[in-house]
Amino acid sequence: MAKIKPRVKVPGKATAGEAVTIKTLISHPMESGQRKDRKTGELIPRKIINKFVATYNGETAFSMDLEPAISANPYIEFSVKLAESGTMRFEWTDDDGSVYDIEKKIEVA
Amino acid sequence: MQMTRRDLFALAAGLAAAGLIRMPAHADEAKVEAAIKEFAGGMPETGGVELGAPEIAENGNTVPIEVAAAGATSIMILAAGNPNPGVGTFHFTAMSAESRASTRIRLAQTQDVVAVAKMADGSTKMARREVKVTIGGCGG
Repeated sequence: MAKIKPRVKVPGKATAGEAVTIKTLISHPMESGQRKDRKTGELIPRKIINKFVATYNGETAFSMDLEPAISANPYIEFSVKLAESGTMRFEWTDDDGSVYDIEKKIEVA
Repeated sequence: MQMTRRDLFALAAGLAAAGLIRMPAHADEAKVEAAIKEFAGGMPETGGVELGAPEIAENGNTVPIEVAAAGATSIMILAAGNPNPGVGTFHFTAMSAESRASTRIRLAQTQDVVAVAKMADGSTKMARREVKVTIGGCGG
């Protein structure tokens, strides 16, 4: 299977108290558990990202519960307003327990 | 007119056929209602939730969806015509600039998409919108 790679689009600089749009994408098949293997006719077991959390300086800024009806390579867009400079940490949790993460620094003036 | 046994069979067969044809359209309506009630603790009133979705989605594998509701702490998305209605739930915090989020979802067929918002004061709101799907997602 292709390597699972998270990508986020975060502005490096922001103004305090103003809305900042965050875009995230992670390469993941989001196997729904409904699909059948064309050769064997057996169901392909479910394997999806079921949880996404964005924290800023350790505090939860946004989170999402995901079901199999979320498209492959889940895309999530949300917005935050920040009071101080810091690091935003993004975490995606897989059905198998693995956690994929990435961090971005934001300078707030 | 007297009803013969043959007429009765014909009538029963006709009714069964009509029922079978109509069934798949909203087979999961009970499941959808159960999911809404579990999340909202009752049936929410319609309005107060923005649900952005294309009128016609060519590819059901990836349909862009945007939801927003002023003052919402969480918004749940349901797809009424999928094998399972659950799609996802967004959770907002004090850091959210506004209670608005977008994602891409799978739709198996032409169906209603439902958004249910839970407000900070405990009230709930709902929006429903039909999306026509040219090529269904899931399966394959």
